[in-house]
Amino acid sequence: MASAHSIPSIEERFEFTSGAKRNLLIGGGVGLALVALGAYLAATGGGHEAAAHGAEHAANAIGHATAEHAASGHEAAAAAEGHHAKSWVARIWANLWVNGVYFAGISVIGMFFISYNYLAQAGWSAVFKRVPEALPAFLPFTGIVLLVTFFFGGHDLFHWTHEGLYEVGGSEYDKIIAGKRGYLNTPFFVGRLVLYFALWYGLWRVIRNLSLQEDEIGGTEFYEKSIRFGTAFLVVFGVTSSTSAWDFIMSIDTHWFSTMFGWYTLASWHVAGLAVITLTVVMLRERGYLRAVNASHLRDLGKFIFAFSIFWTYVWFAQFLLIYYANLPEETIYYLERFRGYGGFYKAPFFITLFLNFFFPFLVLMTRDSKFTHSILKVACWSVIIGHYMDFYTNIMPGTVGAGAELGALEWGFFLIFLCAFAYSIASQLEKANLIPRNHPMLEESLHHDIA
Amino acid sequence: MADLSGKYLVGVYDDDDTVLHAVPRLRKAGVKIKEVYSPFPIHGLDEALGHPRTRIGIAAFMFGVTGCITALTLMIWTMGIDWPMIIGGKDPISIPNYIPITFELTVLFTAFGMVITFFISNGLGPGTHFHPRFDVRSTDNKFVMAIDLGRNSMSEEEISRALKDSGAEEVNIKQF
Repeated sequence: MASAHSIPSIEERFEFTSGAKRNLLIGGGVGLALVALGAYLAATGGGHEAAAHGAEHAANAIGHATAEHAASGHEAAAAAEGHHAKSWVARIWANLWVNGVYFAGISVIGMFFISYNYLAQAGWSAVFKRVPEALPAFLPFTGIVLLVTFFFGGHDLFHWTHEGLYEVGGSEYDKIIAGKRGYLNTPFFVGRLVLYFALWYGLWRVIRNLSLQEDEIGGTEFYEKSIRFGTAFLVVFGVTSSTSAWDFIMSIDTHWFSTMFGWYTLASWHVAGLAVITLTVVMLRERGYLRAVNASHLRDLGKFIFAFSIFWTYVWFAQFLLIYYANLPEETIYYLERFRGYGGFYKAPFFITLFLNFFFPFLVLMTRDSKFTHSILKVACWSVIIGHYMDFYTNIMPGTVGAGAELGALEWGFFLIFLCAFAYSIASQLEKANLIPRNHPMLEESLHHDIA
Repeated sequence: MADLSGKYLVGVYDDDDTVLHAVPRLRKAGVKIKEVYSPFPIHGLDEALGHPRTRIGIAAFMFGVTGCITALTLMIWTMGIDWPMIIGGKDPISIPNYIPITFELTVLFTAFGMVITFFISNGLGPGTHFHPRFDVRSTDNKFVMAIDLGRNSMSEEEISRALKDSGAEEVNIKQF
């Protein structure tokens, strides 16, 4: 237990060394190579297999589904007959979408973290505030990825973009989806997507600038302003976190809906974001930075991850239990697809998710000492980061690529590319300012943070 | 040598910082401190006093595991084996249905277990009688340090002088 009696210097600059840059670029290159390999394998070998699975599933779907879901059965059958090439291209779009959504969420959680710390006028987090502050810089990148993916792959990913669904009397006409047209239509969807990213990124820029000015000038004026903008962001995010979850993920399974979904996605993003913040702090400490972060800060971060992995599980289970218990066909189809559909492919990721996001961090982070032990924190953070990637994977893949999905070179390649790009973005943001916000009014309190 | 059991020296301090610095000083001089009473928690005092870390967390975990196993065994036995019941069209043994109650019993066992453990290990609760009040002002504006003379090898005068030197504004003798 480090005592707060000797406080290291607060003047430190992070240096993004050329070695670190090179490693991240190599990581991205490996990711790219994996993607190329995966795409090659999928385009040459995997297609037939996927089509076979698709046909199998179509038969299943028709067998099991209620009248309402016969439509999706038709679609799967059509996919199996006609669009063989579609499956692996769709897989690439779906991968871009999974990673785009996941990393956009983690990025915006940086802003979320700063905002609620401002609103609560929390002192303890001031010393490592630059770390969450660095995350949202990645938002434009993910926003563009999502936008581009939607323009080119939207038709493959989102069933509701098919025009035929809305033609009354047409062979593809779907009354339920037609009823959702007021919300789920391309112009409104793209408008919302742009609006989310504009609002999140714009408010972050304001707070970031205030924070950088505060570093140079000092005084409490910037702090007061940050509280106001942070609060404004929380109001915005309170709505947009839910609506973006509906848009980005829930609308893929267009018939299905869950009133828990916004919370569920927010919980997922939040704990993954906390894991990234903690991991960054730990890695900075290992490289000799942020010595002013003491065991109490680390323990509080560990508690945060511990608590919010339980929160995620709670929301996950609340959603699951209600659907399981009520047993309404239009709701249970969502879990049936993941348990039994597509040859049971999603069952493994589904339960691995639960293990990586709940049981592992729960047991590992339970004791007091583990929460400030670097090695244990790192393992727990990675478990949560990979676990929540799998969480988004199991949410998005069944409705987009279905039987064509794999968890192979293509998936991990894309994940690696995004991870390296994200780390690059964080590191270059950290380099821009003093690592410790030297004029933050709460800094003194934070430096003496001691929870004994 | 006179019988010193139940005889305490009580140092009264005016300031939390003084008492926090007095503790390591006295311990270095060889004084064994029983406890320090304060109107509010003082950061670092537990470490300074050298109290062993609480093991209530381990107890809590054990109680939690007990509660979890109790709940699951109870439900699986009664609902699934002894008198199988189908409720809501689910299997007699359907774990998802059992989770809320398992959670509740885990929490219940942990909470009660911890309170009971705490009471027993601190000699509190019904049937216990020894609640020494060294100085009532420790609930108001003073910081009170109790030293059990029966457990110290140093003489009363020596300890008393050390207390005064470390900043105590008065030193009293309490006999229980």
